[in-house]
Amino acid sequence: MNKKSLGQNLLRAPYVLWAALFVIVPLVIMGYYALTDANGVFSLSNFSDLGRYKKAFFLSLVYAFISTIITLLIAYPLAYFMTKCKPGAQRMIMILTMLPMWTNFLIRTYSWITILSNTGIINTLLGKIGIGPLPLINRPGTVILGMVYDFLPYMILPIYNVMSKIDFSLTEAAEDLGANKLRVISKVIFPLSLPGVISGITMVFVPSVSTFYISQKLGGNKTMLIGDMIEYLFNLGPDYYNVASAISMVLMAIILVSLFIMNRFSDDADGGVVI
Amino acid sequence: MKRIVNLILILLLIISTFTLTGCGYQYFDLELQGDYSNDLAGTVLNVYNWGEYISDGSDSGIDVNKEFERVTGIKVNYSTFESNETMYSQLRTAGVSYDLIIPSDYMIDRMVSEDMLLKIDTSKLSNYSNIGEQYKNQYYDPDNEYSVPFNVGMVGVIYNKEMVGEVEKSWSVFWDEQYKNQTLMFSNPRDAFMVAQFLDGTSVNSKNKADWDSAAELLKQQKKYLQSYVMDEVYGKMETGEAAIAPYYAGDYLTMYDVNDDLAFFYPKEGTNIFVDAVCIPSCCQNYEAAMLYINFLLEPEIALANAEYIGYASPNTAVINNPDYCYFGNEILYPDEENMPKTEYYRNLDDDIRYYYENLWIDVKLY
Amino acid sequence: MKTLSRLYMALIILFLYAPIAVMIVFSFNSGSSVWVYEGFSFDWYAELIFNSEMLDAFKHTLIVAVLSAVISTVLGTAAAVGISTIKNKLAKSAIMSVTNIPMMNADIVTGVSLMLLFIFFGKMFGLAESLGFFTVLIAHITFNLPYVILSVLPKLKQTDPALLQAAMDLGCTPVKAFFKVMLPSISSGIFTGFIMAFTLSLDDFVISYFTCGHYQTLPIVIYNMTKRTVTPDTYALSTLIFISVFALLLLYNITLSRSEKKRGAQ
Repeated sequence: MNKKSLGQNLLRAPYVLWAALFVIVPLVIMGYYALTDANGVFSLSNFSDLGRYKKAFFLSLVYAFISTIITLLIAYPLAYFMTKCKPGAQRMIMILTMLPMWTNFLIRTYSWITILSNTGIINTLLGKIGIGPLPLINRPGTVILGMVYDFLPYMILPIYNVMSKIDFSLTEAAEDLGANKLRVISKVIFPLSLPGVISGITMVFVPSVSTFYISQKLGGNKTMLIGDMIEYLFNLGPDYYNVASAISMVLMAIILVSLFIMNRFSDDADGGVVI
Repeated sequence: MKRIVNLILILLLIISTFTLTGCGYQYFDLELQGDYSNDLAGTVLNVYNWGEYISDGSDSGIDVNKEFERVTGIKVNYSTFESNETMYSQLRTAGVSYDLIIPSDYMIDRMVSEDMLLKIDTSKLSNYSNIGEQYKNQYYDPDNEYSVPFNVGMVGVIYNKEMVGEVEKSWSVFWDEQYKNQTLMFSNPRDAFMVAQFLDGTSVNSKNKADWDSAAELLKQQKKYLQSYVMDEVYGKMETGEAAIAPYYAGDYLTMYDVNDDLAFFYPKEGTNIFVDAVCIPSCCQNYEAAMLYINFLLEPEIALANAEYIGYASPNTAVINNPDYCYFGNEILYPDEENMPKTEYYRNLDDDIRYYYENLWIDVKLY
Repeated sequence: MKTLSRLYMALIILFLYAPIAVMIVFSFNSGSSVWVYEGFSFDWYAELIFNSEMLDAFKHTLIVAVLSAVISTVLGTAAAVGISTIKNKLAKSAIMSVTNIPMMNADIVTGVSLMLLFIFFGKMFGLAESLGFFTVLIAHITFNLPYVILSVLPKLKQTDPALLQAAMDLGCTPVKAFFKVMLPSISSGIFTGFIMAFTLSLDDFVISYFTCGHYQTLPIVIYNMTKRTVTPDTYALSTLIFISVFALLLLYNITLSRSEKKRGAQ
């Protein structure tokens, strides 16, 4: 081994060690908990007991799916309109969409209670014109609103990044060749922006499917998503570590599968993350 | 780029100077009875207590932790939990260690049986004599070896007269269609099951799984009427009129009533849970002597009075109960006479088997 | 069409800022609730100075954010340089896959798996307390590292390796060549990585929640507060942070457009 490659090895050695110790080993320990019972004996019972939690999995997937679709529907036109603005204005809007993320998401989520509750801002205003109070809070829809709100910037960012690099002379060419606006969007712009859409979807879907907190605050704590379940079980103490680890493993599997599916749509070899 | 780095540095500087200044609390001139001389100054005492369960200096009251720090020089690291079960699991996990905890009766029973508490020599607590005799030698600690009573309480129902008028004095209000979306329920399984079990006429300590199944069934039926499951969020929701009816601890009602006098309270006719929360020293304790000083400090008449008035729960401290200046002196809700005393039942420590059973039933209720 | 698109953008911005507007308005509430507005006052900003729990937590957050960002930037940059020269495709993709894990995985899974590890080590070494400052710092460095590496790697790809070789041929030591030649060309990537690490660390709640023990950061204290009653001083602190960041970004934007104009003029 020559001196140079020794140097290169020395450079990456600390990181490789770090990643092994703090990325791989924790997952191995979690796998060990998932595959043993409370006495440390090998057992698959944690996985066969998962039937009790199937509704949590189901709801998490449904909520995450719906909120990902909604964020995409909101973010895509926004990103498109942004690219049509002047460069200075584009940067300003970008900053404006990013800025809320600097305020802690717990507070931003909690603020929605003030807006939506029975005695909240919207219902007080409605009350003044003789309507309501409308039941806006503690419903499944409120949980989805919370997810859409919290994760919307993660969808806007990658789509805008990709779209702003599209060569718009292509669209002009398509228009010159007789394509109407809708056709230009569906045949030219959308395919070119696909990598951004893909990474946006993964960046919204993963936190939505695993979130805990949003449903506790905005959903009246009346149901439990996978994230809430994992938190609840780990808080119950060591007796529940095994089954909680099994649930975490399944959550990880769900995420891996969804990433795999999304990657099949994307040509980007680096995993499709554009930040 | 350099300019931005500079800006960030300036910002950090401003924020950190801002962070370091401060401390405007006015100390009280306390007349202490115990002796707090010690050589532990500079050590840390990790106190783990319920939320909203100590006088914290708001409304120009005594800040118990700050006063203790001033008197002894020991730094108090104070954190809170919202259920006995959370506190228990934190200790079992051994992720974090605490020197002083305030669990409830049945949890003390469990922790003693699992060897998780250290003995407290009450003869070393000069203020221990302030504890009323009827609060000593309880079932969970027959020889007063592990715990010093801190608060006594019962669960009842708080309701908003403006919103729902007079209501039937029964747990059944939480199953009543006409209060749909206006009721709250405990998000802590043991308390939630208690409500269903009293309505069902079974014991809160039943060893019969069928009783727990039947209570779980009731809780499932109840879900469609509920606005949400809460613990201490109940304060905000009841005080602002967001919700109309909630089960909670009697002492907390008094705190809420101070903010919103539309609120009223009753003990349900079916009976209710009575509890004692007591100070204990967990076996992971790192600063035993400081913990003993803290316990003695909590028993000081002035400190106990400040706590009793801030928390609003019934105090086991005779120096408080017999003090005519105490704002809840002779209060009928906290200290009901025999005639008005509801039927009550303590929680007992349940077998592992039953405990797993109801903890899993609770998940079924939540996912129903 | 143009007005329609403007209206649409305005609506989205309104949606994004509605809760923040609520936060700012209620930080000036004279009442003690964040639900019922009673009148305007600066009381809660003054009260903030006395809230030692929250200020301590804020200090903890800053300490962890600065330390974890610095350490992960150094470690991550070194790793990126080391990784970029790996010739073996399999080894490279293996390292990159592991690097992707903390970024792709759900925060809650990363959090609980690290907690299990720390508790396991704590038991092994017989510690009374396995969670605290060091564990939350390690956790933050762990989830920051991928972001640093993935910001630096593309810049390394753009640099010509012959440049480094040329510098060494001209008599530079490898270390000197790295600092004189390599570093300037990847510095923008390093800077992006650092800022990203700092931001992520500042805002992290889920992973800290499972790993911080007594060393509570601001998001943890806020979380505990939302389980009881949130008082407007929490909103006051968040408003101060929000305004500082806003001012910083505005200044950045102005300097950027100025330098662009200057360049345009030349």
